[in-house]
Amino acid sequence: MADNKFDYYLDGKTGKWEVIIGLEVHAQVTSRAKLFSGSSTKFGSDPNTQVSLVDAAMPGMLPVINKFCIEQAVKTGLGLKAKINRFSKFDRKNYFYADLPQGYQISQFKFPIVGEGEIVLDMPYGTKVVGIERLHLEQDAGKSLHDQDPENSFVDLNRSGIALMEIVGKPDLRSPEEVGQYVKKLRSIMRYLNTCDGNMDEGSLRADVNVSVRKQGSQQLGTRCEIKNVNSIKFMQQAIEYEAKRQIDIIEDGGTINQETRLYDTKKNETRSMRSKEDAHDYRYFPDPDLLPLVLDSEFIENIKKTLPELPDEKKHRLMNDFGLSSYDASIIISEKDISDYYEDVAKNSDYKLAANWMIVELFGILNKEGKEIKDSPVSAVNLSKLINLIKNGTISGKIAKTVFEQMVQRNENPEVIIEKSGLKQQSDPKELEIIIDNIIKNNQDKVIEYKSGKIKLFSFFVGQAMKDTAGKGNPQLINNILSKKLK
Amino acid sequence: MGEITKLTLVNLVSKIKSKEISALDACSDYVNRIVKSKKLNTFVTETLEQAISFAKKIDDNNLKEGILSGAPIAVKDLFCTKNVETTASSKILKGFVPTYESTVTSKLWERGAVLLGKLNCDEFAMGSSNETSAFGNVINPYKVNDENIVPGGSSGGCSAAVAADLTVATVGTDTGGSIRQPAAFTGIVGLKPTYGRCSRWGIVAFASSLDQAGPMTKNVSDCALMLDAISGFDEKDSTSANTKKEEFLKNLNRNIKGLKIGIPKEYIVDDMPKEIQDLWDKGISWMKESGAIIKDISLPHTKYALPTYYIIAPAEASSNLARYDGVRYGFRASGKDLNEMYENTRSLGFGNEVKRRIMIGTYVLSSGYYDAYYLKAQQVRRLIKNDFDLVFKDVDAILTPTAPSSAFKIGEKKDDPISMYLNDVFTVPINLAGLPAISIPAGFDQSGLPLGLQIIGKPFDEQTVLNSAYALEEKIGFKSQVKDWWM
Repeated sequence: MADNKFDYYLDGKTGKWEVIIGLEVHAQVTSRAKLFSGSSTKFGSDPNTQVSLVDAAMPGMLPVINKFCIEQAVKTGLGLKAKINRFSKFDRKNYFYADLPQGYQISQFKFPIVGEGEIVLDMPYGTKVVGIERLHLEQDAGKSLHDQDPENSFVDLNRSGIALMEIVGKPDLRSPEEVGQYVKKLRSIMRYLNTCDGNMDEGSLRADVNVSVRKQGSQQLGTRCEIKNVNSIKFMQQAIEYEAKRQIDIIEDGGTINQETRLYDTKKNETRSMRSKEDAHDYRYFPDPDLLPLVLDSEFIENIKKTLPELPDEKKHRLMNDFGLSSYDASIIISEKDISDYYEDVAKNSDYKLAANWMIVELFGILNKEGKEIKDSPVSAVNLSKLINLIKNGTISGKIAKTVFEQMVQRNENPEVIIEKSGLKQQSDPKELEIIIDNIIKNNQDKVIEYKSGKIKLFSFFVGQAMKDTAGKGNPQLINNILSKKLK
Repeated sequence: MGEITKLTLVNLVSKIKSKEISALDACSDYVNRIVKSKKLNTFVTETLEQAISFAKKIDDNNLKEGILSGAPIAVKDLFCTKNVETTASSKILKGFVPTYESTVTSKLWERGAVLLGKLNCDEFAMGSSNETSAFGNVINPYKVNDENIVPGGSSGGCSAAVAADLTVATVGTDTGGSIRQPAAFTGIVGLKPTYGRCSRWGIVAFASSLDQAGPMTKNVSDCALMLDAISGFDEKDSTSANTKKEEFLKNLNRNIKGLKIGIPKEYIVDDMPKEIQDLWDKGISWMKESGAIIKDISLPHTKYALPTYYIIAPAEASSNLARYDGVRYGFRASGKDLNEMYENTRSLGFGNEVKRRIMIGTYVLSSGYYDAYYLKAQQVRRLIKNDFDLVFKDVDAILTPTAPSSAFKIGEKKDDPISMYLNDVFTVPINLAGLPAISIPAGFDQSGLPLGLQIIGKPFDEQTVLNSAYALEEKIGFKSQVKDWWM
């Protein structure tokens, strides 16, 4: 695989261009209560039903840190192999908007809770380490609804105050493909840790994408533009491609890039200027006087460390070293928590290697075809492990297994029952097979003579006849053995 | 009757508990005086009918357990009170009726006090004369040559109401002197507790790192009782201190023999009237007579306190007041779009002093100015705190005047914010350092206006502050000269 070389360079009129990308990912902390209030964070509730006095910024209300959200941030930091800052602070980011009740967002500016870390990506051209700059906690805003009434806008504060982790990556990414892998890996780590559910369509994970370009071989960074609030991997990739080409065109036409914030229009597939650097908000950050600095003792951090589950990278090594999975198979198995959980359920009761093969080839084939996620798999892990065991103990052949699997997909049935009902059980009695094979030899003496005179290709003819006469249920291994002996 | 309103809080509660006076009689007497005292403009909202019915309930059900049983109390209109309009004396909160009760006031009612109403103050507690209130200035019960005098601020309605016997005691808030200066201007006792001693939950915020609620009372014993009632840890306020519950009234005593009292030389300021210097000197001798040891001390960064305060307080205020945007509650002026609605609402809803401070605060936090102003001010604040930490290794408390002048005429300083701000010169450093300090009435100036002395203590050492004040109070023998001229 290392033969593949990185080659994402965009062609311009003046030559090849490299694209530099850095992501600021906003990940909603998995927590039943908000960051500074006890309100519920449940998705999809009626507007303004999950709003406390604090979330609505009533006069005299004060924020109180939700300790669980702190634990979740530390856990995520540990999962990113990052430095946990024992001292951090909450700051106010001041701006006016109808869905920002306080008139400021409580965030962490100067002293984030988590410092530098890293994420390892498996790319076709080898592994790539992408740096994490920092992770900090902040409140989400509410939601303005502009399409409910011709005259008025409405505000839903259910999201107001929900805890977000902003994970700021270094500008280490070089292609849309890497961005996709990065987001998937980050999401996978957080899902393993259960610190963010990563549901992009519910807004639990979204990103601001920073893009700049430079001539291939150049070491200098170009001026970047920030594409705000993109909420799917596909859109991120499209936006990057569009934005990079836009910047290349400008520079090649003798222009310069203005540092600015842009919006990605998913319908037109283009980015548009939202505000220039000059118009950028002055957020007037300052430490929130309602909250004391957050000081974590080492015991608190150690206790969280002890609860860390096996993370994707560690699991990949274990699958490769202990069970002989290929790097490719292992990467696929660990890529998502749900896949990995399913895999463990199948493998622990059957066979690690066969489980990987069956999942990657057969199960994913079906899922892709039907556009389903593993959690909606038509075949349960228990039934797939049973199927693998039936192959392992010779009850059915791999070929029959595929037929059985097709039926399992139809109605998630126990493969043992399917085999019983359809009489697909493998014919593995050597005596019975010998009788069948003897008959084949007797009836095909001409072929036997040809075979013995050197036309060894005919062996498969005999195997085929045997399978035909056993209605496909003959144990291929046994048939091979008996035939070899008889035709000697 | 009529004499009930002259009783101190401690005496009144004990007479109610012993059934010598009924809660209803006590309440009725206060209600009668309040009705006849509209001229002073102390109340923003009156809850007199509810007060009467609550007092009846106390009598009927013999609810005499609480340490404030039957005490009729009005509170500063900065405390959110459930189902009772709360405005912070601002047009922008006109009509706002909280669905919740501040921690401090809920402690009052839990202990048997009866709410009389909400007291006028400077708008969002920004002012030193009560002239910035959207509901008109409060008039000091003391008068000079028939001219109306300010009651101090921002807790001016509180100070005037206690001095005029319209509430047996009250709670105010103090961000830079807003309890102590009005207390001094009206001849009453006012205590700003240590930052974190009383919960800020449910108090309309001005400057979060400086705001602190505290008692304003007729004398020092009442002050100790009120502090017993309102102090304590509150998990809803992250800056409230989890210290052990103390019994200030029970431990109140006049024995200050051997107590070391510091006299800071930096508190002798230019243009300070001689009578204030004289009063301070008298205070020193009274302390000596009580057996205290007087020590000269230095708080070298005092002169930076006022500019530091007028950066930090507006900075925090500019952010704290951002929530008054017309979107969810209070006053809203219409506009063609969101920005215009904001502009109209805030232009019409806030008064000039509040706007001035929002602008100062926005400026000092702006990028490019943050380091020079806000950050520098935080560093100086640390130095001021260090000054106090250092002298408190040598002394137990500090004695100073409360304000550099007596109460001034209404309108006298209204158009001169700097001279108004200068009135806080002795009180502001204490808020910056988060310390407890009390103002007690100590005498009168030539025109007959009361003057106050301030005793500053170590963090969470309110007991020493109260005991020193208690000793001094006996030596001073202050007698109210309020003449009920408005009735």
